[in-house]
This record gives sequence, C-alpha cells and structure tokens, in this order.
Amino acid sequence: MFSVSPEELEALQLSLKVSFWAVGISLPFGILTAWCLARLEFPGKVLIDAIIHVPLVVPPVVVGYMLLLLLGRNGALGSWLHDTLGITVGFSWQGAAVAAAVMAFPLMVRAIRLSLESVDRRMEQTARTLGASPVDVFFSITLPLSGSGIVAGTILAFARALGEFGATITFVSSIPGETTTLPLALYSLAQIPGEEGGALRLMIISIIVAFAAMVAAEIIARRVRRRIAGS
Amino acid sequence: MSLTVDIRKNLGAFTVDAGFEAGNGITTLFGKSGAGKTSIIQMLSGLMTPDTGRIVLNDKTLFDSANRLQVPAQDRQIGYVFQDARLFPHMNVRRNLEYGTRRRKKQGTDAPKFDDVIEVLGIEQLLDRQTHQLSGGERQRVAIGRALLSSPRLLLMDEPLAALDTERKWEIIPFIQRTQREFRIPAIYVSHAVDEVLQLADRMVLMVDGGVAASGPVEDVMNRPDLIRVTGAGDPGSVIPVWVKDEGMDAGIARLSFAGGEFRVVATGLEKDTRLRLRVRARDVSLATSRPKNVSVLNVFEGRVTSVSDDDRPQAEVSIDVGGATIWSQITRRSLQELEIEPGSNVFAMVKAVAIDRPAIRT
Repeated sequence: MFSVSPEELEALQLSLKVSFWAVGISLPFGILTAWCLARLEFPGKVLIDAIIHVPLVVPPVVVGYMLLLLLGRNGALGSWLHDTLGITVGFSWQGAAVAAAVMAFPLMVRAIRLSLESVDRRMEQTARTLGASPVDVFFSITLPLSGSGIVAGTILAFARALGEFGATITFVSSIPGETTTLPLALYSLAQIPGEEGGALRLMIISIIVAFAAMVAAEIIARRVRRRIAGS
Repeated sequence: MSLTVDIRKNLGAFTVDAGFEAGNGITTLFGKSGAGKTSIIQMLSGLMTPDTGRIVLNDKTLFDSANRLQVPAQDRQIGYVFQDARLFPHMNVRRNLEYGTRRRKKQGTDAPKFDDVIEVLGIEQLLDRQTHQLSGGERQRVAIGRALLSSPRLLLMDEPLAALDTERKWEIIPFIQRTQREFRIPAIYVSHAVDEVLQLADRMVLMVDGGVAASGPVEDVMNRPDLIRVTGAGDPGSVIPVWVKDEGMDAGIARLSFAGGEFRVVATGLEKDTRLRLRVRARDVSLATSRPKNVSVLNVFEGRVTSVSDDDRPQAEVSIDVGGATIWSQITRRSLQELEIEPGSNVFAMVKAVAIDRPAIRT
C-alpha cells in the first residue's frame, strides 16, 4: 500500500514549501515583535499583545474569512496589491503561506518572547561597557543567548503551519497543485469512498514529518543549550 | 588621567550625592555595603543615569545634566569588571577576551596587547576553554583581561574579589597589582575589605550613606581619628607605610623601618627594600607612661598623644604620634584615667610582634 501517488507527493511538497515560506518570512517579524513585547513598555501594549493572539483563540475559519475580506481580490489590501504591484494572494500557494503564517505567528512570538525574557540583562550591559552598540548587543549577545527559544518557536510555528487547515481552505480554497496542502488532501481523500488507502498514507506521512521536525528541534535546542552551558 | 565626579541620584531608599576626584593609580571607593558605591560606578560607566551633576574624564565630559549631555556607555571607553565576572556563556575564553578589542574605537599604540594581557594574567592555558569550565578565580582574571583589551581609559572594578574565598582572593591580588604595573590604566576599585584596599589602592574615597565622608591617600584617610569608627569597620587600626630593612633571617622576625623607628614582626619571605603597608590594630597596642622593663613585647615606641576619642563607650581610641607616623591604641577609659593620659601626654606604645598581620605588599 506504500506506493505514494504523484498527487500525494505533490501535496507533501506543497505543504513543505508553504510552511517554509510561512515560517521564513514571519521569523524576523516574530523576533522583532517578541523583542518589543519583552523589552519595551508602550501605550497599547496589552492591545497589541491581544491582537497577535487572536489567531490562537478564534476559530481558524474566522481568520481565513478575515484574510479573504482583507487580502482577496476585492479586499481592502488585496485590491491595492493587485492594482499597484500586480500581486494576487488569493487562491494561490502564497495565500496558503500567508494563512499558515498568520495562524502560526502567536505560537512563534510566545516562545521567542519567553526566551528573550530569560536572557540575563546584565550580560547585555556588560557588552555595552565593552563598546557594543545596542544593535550590536542584540545580535552578538541577546540573539545567541535566546537561541534555544528561537529554535523552539520556529519549529512550533513550522508544525502549526504544516497542520493548517481551516484558515487555508476558507482563504484560498483547495486547488490541487496550488493550495491543496497535506491536511486538505487528506480531508478530501477521506471524503471519497475507496480512497482510504491514500488517506492513511497521507496520515502516516503527516505524522512522520511532524515527528522529524520535533526531533530536529530537540537536537538543535540541545546543541544551543550545551554551547551556553553554565549560564 | 583625571576624573572629576559630582553627581546626585535619588535611589528611593537613599540618595547618592557624591563629589570626588581621582587620578592615576588605583582609587578605592570604600564603604559599607549600601553606601552607594556600586551606584556611583554604574553612573560612571553610563549604565545608570544621574539625576543631576557632571562627570568629566580627562578633558571629555561624559555627563552634564546642565547641558543635557550624556555619552552612552558604549562610547565612554570605560572598562567594567563586575563582582560576578559576567563572562559571555556562548563564547569561549578567547572570544570573550576579543569581544571588546573588536569593538574599540581607535587602535591606540599604547593599548594593552592581547599576548601581554594573557601573559600578565596567566590565562594562556585557558583560551580554548568554555567559560563554565573555569574556576571563580580564573573567571575573574579573564573578566579583567577582557576589560583591559577593550583599551579603556579608566577601569572600574566592583568588588571583583568579593565572590571568592580568602585563599583565591590572595591569588588574584598579585595579578591585579601586575596589571597595574604593566598597563598603568587608572582604576576605581570598589571595596569594603580593608585588606584588599591596603594591597591595591593608592587613594581612598570614603563613602558613608551615599555621600563622600573623606578622600585622599589611603594612609591619611585610614588614620583620621574622626573616621576611625567608619574606616575601622568594627576593628579599628592604623595604617603605617614601612619598608623592609631586614628580611626575617633573625629567628623569623623581620625588621621593617617606618618614620618613627623600626617594627619587628613575625614574617618570612619579604624582600629587602620592599615597600609595605602595615596595619596595626588598635586593640593590639597597649600603653605605658614610662619605658617598660622586662617585657616580652618587641615593639616599644615613644610618642605623644594627639587625640583621645570621646564618647560613652567603656573603651577609648588613643592616637599617638610616633616620629610622624600614627599609631592607634584602644584601651579602657579606666586605664586612661588611672594613667592620666590626655592629648599631649608622653606615652610608650607597645605592640606584640606576633599580633601584627602579614603586611600588605605595595608595588
């Protein structure tokens, strides 16, 4: 039964592509957001914090519909993107990546924020006395010292992106080869009588990919921790 | 080097209001914990902002509240050695040492060189180690090296030995003396330990409750009778500059010359002509009004009483001038009355040779 069909392989590749882009593009913003929340005090911080967490608490379908209203061809931002930059996010794999990124963002920010908050501020002060500017301190001290949390946040976000279903199907629908990611393919196969084999295969593939990601995360995090052992 | 400090900062529990000057060599900020010493060097380093005042290093103003001037910490070229070393845990020893070097503004020719610094501090063997593999003393040596290699114009040391046990402490002090001799970077050394100060400091700024109670050469401040209760930290004594006349070949007794004569102390291994600081605790000095005969005490000095402390404690501190040097004696008020000792009296001060601690070496 383990001969994977081209369609199933396509779904896997698409899922990986969408998740990589989703996480890759949102990581710098995730770190920046986490840093602002961890280190700055500004008016409306509670509100910003709540907005970032919206995808975590509302049904994914709601997020998908919000994206559709905002970024769809007739959406406020979507029409502008289409008219001025010629970019269409709706019903494309880029749209799927946007949906996955939005859904995974709060998880990423939470993990990174926690690790930034655990960085010893005194190390940063010490670096300042040695001539490092605040930006320099961030890249040479803060970022490396919060490395394990950033890895954890990234992998967590990646796993969340891989499993994204509700927001994706609402925002970009399920177009084979374009937006039909692994969960979407699995869902449609499960709907068709006689396709249980394919559904089972996709289920196993999903588990393997997620499992591999978690193991990789643990290994990397451990390596980072060992490097800064004694802290 | 000249450092002029005049700063005020409200810290809630108390207010720091300090004005002092420092020059070349090591100046100690001395005082009990909670006297505001650490806050002051934090403000010198730029990690804390004073409410008002001025800080001028050489001819460069680092802080001036009147002109809203504040040089950020990274541009002050002031090295900072913390009590807890604060080595970067994600870098090995070599990368820690190089951190400041890579970021220093100008490549001065007189800046300490990497090879010289690791040689003077004896850390050549540690370069490839991770920081968690180092002992407390090694960590502190690396921290000093890291600060030196950022080519600072001033070095701040915040009780760098306080976290170490006594034995380690005495291992590190010679390294600090050597760095001072080799690189001559002026330093502010925060401490509350008399023994460290006697070994290391040239000048003293005495801090009490956030303010400066006195400043000047260590001997002068330590010997001021009005400050005896503060500088003595529960065990007052005088500080006497001496030099080694005879290195202890005579039955293990070394002879040390000072302005008022010669001290005999139990010590071996002192090098002839070395300059030392002797701390003589007031409670180890007894007084007589005539030259004592048939006593075991080896050090008997004739002198004149310059002051007698005046409060309602049963004991009193008597300051005696011996040929220009100050020796303190702590005796009971009862003895004071019986012997009729008062300022101006001629007395004989007696110090047992075995009562004197190993003298502090000055280089």
